[in-house]
This record gives sequence, C-alpha cells and structure tokens, in this order.
Amino acid sequence: MFSIIRSIWLTSLHMFRKRATIEYPEHKAPLHPRYRGRIVLTRDPDGMERCVGCYLCAAACPVDCIALQATEDENHRRYPEFFRINFSRCIFCGYCEEACPTYAIQLIPDFEISEYDRQNLVYEKQDLLISGEGKYPGYNYYKVAGLDAGVKNKGEGDNEEPPIDIHSLLP
Amino acid sequence: MATIYIDNKAYEVKEGKNLLETCLTLGFNLPYFCWHPAMGSVGACRQCAVKVFKDETDTRGRITMSCMESVSNELRLSISDADAVQFRANIIEWLMTNHPHDCAVCDEGGSCHLQDMTVMTGHNYRRFEYKKRTYQNQYLGPFINHEMNRCIQCYRCVRFYKDYAGGKDLDVFAAHNHVYFGRSEDGILQNEFSGNLAEVCPTGVFTDKTLKEHYTRKWDFTSAPSVCQHCSLGCNIIAAERYGELRQITSRYNGEVNGYFICDRGRFGYEFVNSPLRIKEAKLRDENSKDLNKKNLLNKTSALITPGKTIGIGSPRTSMESNFALRKLIGAENFYQGISEQEASLHKLILEVMNSGIAYIPSLKEVEEADAILVLGEDLHNSAPMLALAVRQAIQKGPSELKTSLPAWHSLALKEFIQQEHAPLFIANPLKTQLDELAQASLNLSPAEIIQLGYAIAHHIDSASPIEHLLSESLLKEAKAIAKALSKAKKPLIITGTSSMQEGLVKAAANIAKSLKTANLCFVEHECNSLGLAMMDAPPLEEAMKHVFLNDTDTVIILENDLYRRTSSGNVDRFFEACKEIIVIDHLHNKTTQKASVLIPTGTFAESDGTLINNEGRAQSFFQALNAKNELIQESWRWLNELFSLQKGISIKDRTSPHELLEEIAIAMPQFKGIAQAVLQSDFRINGQRIPREPHRYSGRTAMNAHDNVSEPKPAQDLDTPMSFTMEGYRGEPPSSIIPFYWSPGWNSVQSVNKFQIEIGGALHGGDPGIRLINNKEGMSSYYDNNFVPIELKDQEWLAIPVQHIYGSDELSIHTPGVTERSPQPYIGLNKLDAENLNLQDGSKVTFETDGEEVTLPLRIITELPRKVAILPHGLQDFNCHLPIILRIKNLKKSR
Repeated sequence: MFSIIRSIWLTSLHMFRKRATIEYPEHKAPLHPRYRGRIVLTRDPDGMERCVGCYLCAAACPVDCIALQATEDENHRRYPEFFRINFSRCIFCGYCEEACPTYAIQLIPDFEISEYDRQNLVYEKQDLLISGEGKYPGYNYYKVAGLDAGVKNKGEGDNEEPPIDIHSLLP
Repeated sequence: MATIYIDNKAYEVKEGKNLLETCLTLGFNLPYFCWHPAMGSVGACRQCAVKVFKDETDTRGRITMSCMESVSNELRLSISDADAVQFRANIIEWLMTNHPHDCAVCDEGGSCHLQDMTVMTGHNYRRFEYKKRTYQNQYLGPFINHEMNRCIQCYRCVRFYKDYAGGKDLDVFAAHNHVYFGRSEDGILQNEFSGNLAEVCPTGVFTDKTLKEHYTRKWDFTSAPSVCQHCSLGCNIIAAERYGELRQITSRYNGEVNGYFICDRGRFGYEFVNSPLRIKEAKLRDENSKDLNKKNLLNKTSALITPGKTIGIGSPRTSMESNFALRKLIGAENFYQGISEQEASLHKLILEVMNSGIAYIPSLKEVEEADAILVLGEDLHNSAPMLALAVRQAIQKGPSELKTSLPAWHSLALKEFIQQEHAPLFIANPLKTQLDELAQASLNLSPAEIIQLGYAIAHHIDSASPIEHLLSESLLKEAKAIAKALSKAKKPLIITGTSSMQEGLVKAAANIAKSLKTANLCFVEHECNSLGLAMMDAPPLEEAMKHVFLNDTDTVIILENDLYRRTSSGNVDRFFEACKEIIVIDHLHNKTTQKASVLIPTGTFAESDGTLINNEGRAQSFFQALNAKNELIQESWRWLNELFSLQKGISIKDRTSPHELLEEIAIAMPQFKGIAQAVLQSDFRINGQRIPREPHRYSGRTAMNAHDNVSEPKPAQDLDTPMSFTMEGYRGEPPSSIIPFYWSPGWNSVQSVNKFQIEIGGALHGGDPGIRLINNKEGMSSYYDNNFVPIELKDQEWLAIPVQHIYGSDELSIHTPGVTERSPQPYIGLNKLDAENLNLQDGSKVTFETDGEEVTLPLRIITELPRKVAILPHGLQDFNCHLPIILRIKNLKKSR
C-alpha cells in the first residue's frame, strides 16, 4: 500500500519538471556541431571544391551508397565529375567523413531530409555542395599535396623545398 | 632441396634461390622494393632485411638483405627478430621523408606497393620535421604519366626499361639524393613496353595515362581474366570495367606465356571497346532500326538463311566459339575462312610444319631459354612485341659457353659478368629491327634472299637439304656462320612468320629446323585467332567469292570481319554485288558493315566469353568483363546459336554454354581435341560459391544507378561461367584460369601475384592456364623443295612488301587516341639509291599503280632497304595495301 502511494507521489512530481519533449516543427532541437546528419561537400578557402575524387568515402561506406567519378580540369586538378549519395540507403555512420583526406565530405547537424518519394533522396553533386568550408576552416589539400594542380607550383606548397635542379652538382 | 630454419622452424626449400623469394614462396610477408621476380635482385632498397644466424648457438646474428643471400642448407634466419623489424621500419620511414601527401590524388592509390609495404612495416607517423624534396615532371607521351615527387629511388624503372626491355630513352640523372628518373628531355617514351613501368614502379611515379581519363580505383573495378586481341601471341590480360566502360588493361600473370609483362599495344589498345564507332543498333534493310528488338531481329534474320543457299565467312579476330557457331549454323561445307588465299595457304603450311613434329613449338617462356636464335623476315617489335622481349632475355643471358656459378637472380653481378657477350642472334629482315643491336649478324635482304639464306643454312647443316639458289659469296659465308652457331647450340630457335607473306620463309625455316633435329620453331601470325581459324581447315575468302559467283547462293553471313582488309576492294565490291543478302555481325563500323543488309551488333572481347588459339597452338579463354545494358550486344556465338536454334526449332532458352560449344568443337573437328579443358564448366563452384569479379571493397553499388532508379536492379547473372558479376562469392584463391584480379590480404598492388604462384616466378597454383592443342606427331618425311622462281623486275617495277607497325597495323587498337597519334601516315619506302635514280627526295610524292588504282604516297627513304624492294605499311586504317605482296608497276611522275 505504501509503495503504491509512493509511486503515485513520485510520478506526480514529474508534472513540475522541465519538459524533455519539444514541440518539434515549431521548436528545433539543439544539435551539437558534430551531430551526424545530412552530408555535404565543402569548399576550400579559395572557394574551389575540396573533393578530389579519391573514392575513399565510397570505399568506407558500409552500405555503398556513395558513387562518384573523378575527372581532371586543365590544370590537372582532380574533382568529381559526378558525386551521388543515395540517402535512402545512408545510415549516417560518418565513416565517409572519417575517410575523407581533404575534409570535403562532412556530416552536418541537419536531419530534415525526409521525402515522400524515395527517388528524391538521391542527391547529386549540386545538391551536396555548399559554398563554405564547414567544420574545418582553413584547410586546402592541394597546398599540402606534392603535385601541381594549378593551386601552387611545384615546391611552393607547405613544407616543400624548391624543385631540384638536376643539372646541379652541389650537394 | 635444402632445409632452412625461419624463426626456428624448419622448411624444405629449393636451392639456388635467394632468401626473399624463398620466404615469399613460403607465404611470409616480407617487404621489398627493388627486387622483382623477373628482374632479379640488386640489393638497392635495403627493405627486405632479415637476420641471419651463424648456427644454433648464435644469438646475435647479422642483419642482411634477404634478396642478396642465397639459400644454403641449415641456414637459420629470423624475419620477426626485433632488430630486423626495426631496421625495415626505419627504411620505410626514411623513404617516406620525401614522399608527398598525394595518395588521394595518386592513381596508384589502392594498388600501391609502397602503401602496402608501409602498412606492413607499421610506419604511420612522420617524425621528420623538415621540408620535402620536389621535382618537375616530364611529358612522357600519351600512355604514361610522370609524377617524380613520389619516387623512392628503387631503380626498378630503369632496370626494367633499359636492362630488361632495351629502351634507350629513360634513364637516371643527377646524383646523391637528387636522382631523377626520366628522359633527357620531354617526349614520348619510345620503347614498346613502356606501359609496364606503371606496374613495375612500386609507387605512382609512372602511371597509366589512359586510365586517368576515366580514373577508377582498383577496388572499384569489375574485372575479368581476358586474353589480348592485338597480336597472335595471346598474352593474358585483366580487363577492368566501371560504369559500363572498359577502363584498364593490366597484365595477368601466365608463367608460360607473357609472364609479368605485356606490350603497349596490348595495354593501351583497348579503347575501341568504348569507341563511338561501336555498333549499338541492329540494321535491317528497309526497316526502321528503332523498332528492332532482339526477337524480331532474330526472326527476320533467320528467315533470310536458307540451308544450302547461305555461306558464312569466319574471322581470325574472333573466338573459336563464334567461328564454330557460324560453321554449325550454315554447315561445314559452306564455311569459309575470312582471309585471303595467300594468307590461308601460309597458315596451312605453318600448321603442317607445326604438326609435323620436326621441331618443338616453344612458349614465350621457353623462347627465353633458347641459346641461339635466328629470326627470318620478322620485325618482332612490330609484329609480336612480347616475343621480341622474350628473345632479348634469351640473348642477354649470354652465350651458353659462359659458365658461371652466379645464381640467376643475382642480376647486377650477372650483368657485370656477361658484359657485352650475347648469345648468338641472327636476323635477316628487309629493314633494321630493334633487336639488331643484340645480333651477331643482322642482314637487310630482300624476301627472296632471306628465303635463299634460309635454304643455305639448312643445306650447310645437313647436305640432304635442298641447295640454295643465287646467293652472293658474302651471304653464303654468313649462312655458314649461322649454320655453325645453330648446330652448336643446345636449344636453337628459329623464328619466322607471316608478316612478309612468304611461303618460302616457312619452308626454309622448317628445313633448318629439320636439319638441326632438336630445334625450336616459332611462328608469328597476324591476328589473335589466326591459328585457330587455320586449324578449322576451311577454304579461303576467294573460294567463297567463287562459290557465290558460280552458284545461286543468296545470303552471306560475315562474322566480325572487314573484308576490305583482306583482298582488293574491287573484288569485295563485286562479291557484295553478287550477294542478295549480306548479314554482317560486328562490333565496330567499318567498310564492310556499310554494305550490310542486315547488321547485327556484337560484343567485343570485353563483352564476350570465348577461346582463342595463339601462335603456339595454346587455347586460352577470355571472359566477359562488361555487361552491356543493350540486349543486342551479346557474343557472336550466342547470336549464331540462337539463329541455329530457330532454324532447327529448338527453344532459344536452352542456352549453350561456352564449355558445351567447345566440347562440340572437339567432336566436330578432332584437331581440337581437349580444347574444352581451356574453360571451366559453368556449374563449377568452390564451396558452392561462384568466383566474384568484384573485390570485397567494391563501392557504390546502391548509388551508381540510383539517378536512373533508386530501386537497385537485380545484379547481372552469369550463366556461362563460374564467375559472378557481383562482389559475393568465394573469397579465397580462384583456379588459375579464372583469376579476375590479384589481391591478397596486405597485398593490394599487382605484386600480390606472388601469393598465387607455386614458387615465385613459376607456375600459378594449379598450373598455368591454357591448353596446348598442337601435339606434333605426324613426322615430316622430307625436306621442302626449294621452288625458286627468280622475279624479273623491269625498270619501273618494284617488289612491294608489307611492313608491320606496332601502332597502326592492328585493326582494333588503332581506335585508342594514343595509338592513332603514334601510328604512321601511309607512306612508301624505297632504297636511297633507287630514290636517287628516280630523282626523288624524302617526302616527295610517289605515284604508283596497284590493283588498277593509282595511289600517291609520300616517300620515305630507307637506307638499309635492299634495292628494288618497296615497303608499304600493313593494315593502316585509311590505307590498305590489299594483297601484301604484289609486283607493283610504279608510274612515277618525274619530279619537276
């Protein structure tokens, strides 16, 4: 008998607690910056696409929902010709973000991507690409990579010596 | 056999090998860079360190490079010794101090030996704080991309390019930590084997430029074991597909045939598969091709085929299955070889010699073991490049008298020891060849002289052999010297072929082989299935034409063959006019397909299963890599089989697998006995599982077609082979004939082939694929007679002979832009004195008459060309010298 009264008392106390439920469409849930939601493709500080089409995100994806094709511009800068994520398959595990060597692919705190038609969950590059740098500002892969892709000349990157003069005999 | 102890465990191993090979053969993962199974050891990279102990009691041991240490009995070594492990980790760390942060944009990534070795040694953090060395790159032509920053100075590229393949234009420059691997100046890499640099280089310095155009990682390919279609040698290749395109060809190891390498024509000549000239729609005379689906195309085509009134023309560039399916459909008596009478009789003669048992027909591997070689009338670098590479290895091994205790893998020591001593090589060819530099004698002679030289050599060895005619004193002397060298050799090899279309060459070579008694004899043909078609023993194209002109044949079926390449266009035009219905089955538009009243699209080798017979009579199967969405693109043999079913009233659903077809071939033509063993039955399974064509890391399955339809389609089924088009299936090692790609845990690069071999550089597990069909038994009773008919050449007459070009002479590879770039423009070549007599300079226009047509071509003055011989390039896309050997009347406009 006592325990029943105690339970009713404890339950009633919850009436005066702060509510955990939010009125969702009117009120948005506060999400952490590292929340794994919708996937975007970011740009480097120069405003160019960060994605270099290395296929690592596609390889890391456990549900194989990323398909892309790498191509090159006239400066031999590699970028994706198409980049497609099938969000109807995506499990938002974030492995693609972990695999990305250029900080191009990022999961952002946005989950509002429901659709009535499943076909609309197939996102192409123009749907994925945002104009900013996302969570990792300041990084430009082609500045630290060895090759010349029109971003810097050989030897002008971070931590690079000027190109070797092979005719030199000096040590 | 010797016993060695690796980490205190005893192993029985073969003597004469080095420790690295031995450890890899035993299945240990030992990192290495500079060593290559085909090129031996130089001990340059210091990566394969192990600890060797003096005896059981020795606890200190010494660190040594396993690639430079011979196996000896009771040798004790440790791979897992802490010092050795640390040593190997340090080496990688040093190599990586300058390696750029490039993997994401490097084409080697995912199939990179350096990545594998770095992971294997455990190096993962760059402690070196200083700057990275950089280099400028070079333009190396349409096939190879250069990114010198990535170099780890293993020297494999120059060792392959210069020492192994005989290239001249790639070298190492500068000194100390500045060494540079490249050309002295930008330009196209000239060597015919430059593509192998992409596989030989352990990292991404040299990569495949054609792959760059549609770059795909190794793990994303759907690959299939295939056989090269661009010459008669039948090198094994891996064909790799992504997004419905054929994207890369790499070499597939076959210890008996091509070993680790393939030539550039084979590697880069694949782009015809993706060509805009591909036939994608069927065409039926007077019908709207849009409405043609498979069913009504079959029905309408079948209605045109009347038994007895239809003939079929086969092709040397399609599979045995397709040729046989055509023969089955129209009856053996109505089947014709789609090659000229001249070529067909040449093939017949070659087959006769091969079957006669006078000589052994060597594989490419066995060519490398020859100790004296005679090449008659072939420029191997252009007609059968990998054979040239094999000849080079045989010759560079040095003469057999040169005895040494040095093991075969000790390449640098052997090179020093051998110096310029070469095994005897003799070349007689109208033009200079690249092998001349290795030859004891290279003679630039007219075809008739080469033939007579051959007879003279045979006559010198055995006087019962018919005597030569009309040979100069100096050539007789040469013949004597060649005869002497050949008879002294233990494994003499005579190479000739169909390049210059001379029956005399085959006969002379056969006579030499017979006189030598224990000779090897190797023939080179034009196309990938030339020998297979010849073995079918059907009448040639001219007979087919005669048949149509004389009988009321109304329909002709032409199987994957451009007849305009076979005989003069006048003849072909007349032939087509005489035919009522011309059914053409082909994959690329050409002059013949334009004449077709019924045009049926078909799959290229990448879209087909099939079997080819190479120049040594080896039947090898290739498998489908690409699954065309278009239902009309299917193998020719399937079309023909379905037509056969319709004709006979059998249900089309009862499929005939390639294996069943091959069994039928063996029953219908006993000369093909055993051919069915070349391919596994379609119900072959390992643990109930198929062999997957896709690696387990294959990506994008649920997104690659999602733009069309988000619901994934059912994966393509493969009912013909034991392989699947998916990544599901047996993950262990597949049987040697159906290895779709090389991969082993920890070994993502092509070097993983080590794990598939019984011993390093030896046969694949279960034996190298391919079945040899030539079992020489019949015995050649007598020598071929020397039917010498002197050619009378008038003042204005020249003997025109065809010349092969590695880039250009092949019908299919020319569709690769890089090959087109390197293909010669049509020209006529004349001797300098001849040109002077005619008052012509290099580049002047020469007009001559052939087949009643007047042709004008620019002149190339060729100093070494014998007089009164003119050369014309063979098989160029827009210029065909139809009958390769004709006496041409030069109607020369006097210049000025």
